[in-house]
Amino acid sequence: MSEEIKVNCLGENCPVPLVETRKALRKAEKGDVLVVTGDHSASKKEIPMAVEAMDLELISVEEKDDYWEIRIRK
Amino acid sequence: MGDKATLIVESGDFDKIYSAFIIGNGALSMGMDVSMYFTFWGLERLKKDNLDKGPLSKMNFLGLGKLFMKWKMKKANVRSLENMLQDYVELGGKIFACDMTMEIMGIEKEDLRDEVITEYCAVGTYIKEARESEMTLYI
Repeated sequence: MSEEIKVNCLGENCPVPLVETRKALRKAEKGDVLVVTGDHSASKKEIPMAVEAMDLELISVEEKDDYWEIRIRK
Repeated sequence: MGDKATLIVESGDFDKIYSAFIIGNGALSMGMDVSMYFTFWGLERLKKDNLDKGPLSKMNFLGLGKLFMKWKMKKANVRSLENMLQDYVELGGKIFACDMTMEIMGIEKEDLRDEVITEYCAVGTYIKEARESEMTLYI
């Protein structure tokens, strides 16, 4: 049964959102979905780059009012 | 060519140690393997309780510049060097200590943070890894 894992990076600066995403991905099982939220703008572009580099599935990148939310499937 | 980054950390300056760990952690986070080789002033930073003790490379002003920088970093919520090192180790980053530096500077193993050091080595190990790397940096 795949799980949804939340990674809260609100208020975090470079390179923390990228690092926390990677840490959570390492612990996740195949099929699990990571939901990363943050407001560091460069990370919104860079987390998808990391997802592509690691050959994982980028489900969505959404811009909310004052933060973004990225969903990734391992 | 492996998907690997190899960094020589020769500087012990506060800002350069930050650069090394930000790049190292960034590369690990993007799926690369990373090895960092600590030599000369860089190795000093791996002594116990010494990681963030280096001066700023510019505008240190006897430590005042560094205090100001630390204050600005705190305001910007930049992760501490110690936490960056812990992240680096957790993500599987390797740390190598130059044994010639240890000899020249009279550094003993017990002076160093052995728990984070993967291996004590010489230049051959660096060349072997750098040769397999897509990215090599000298900091």
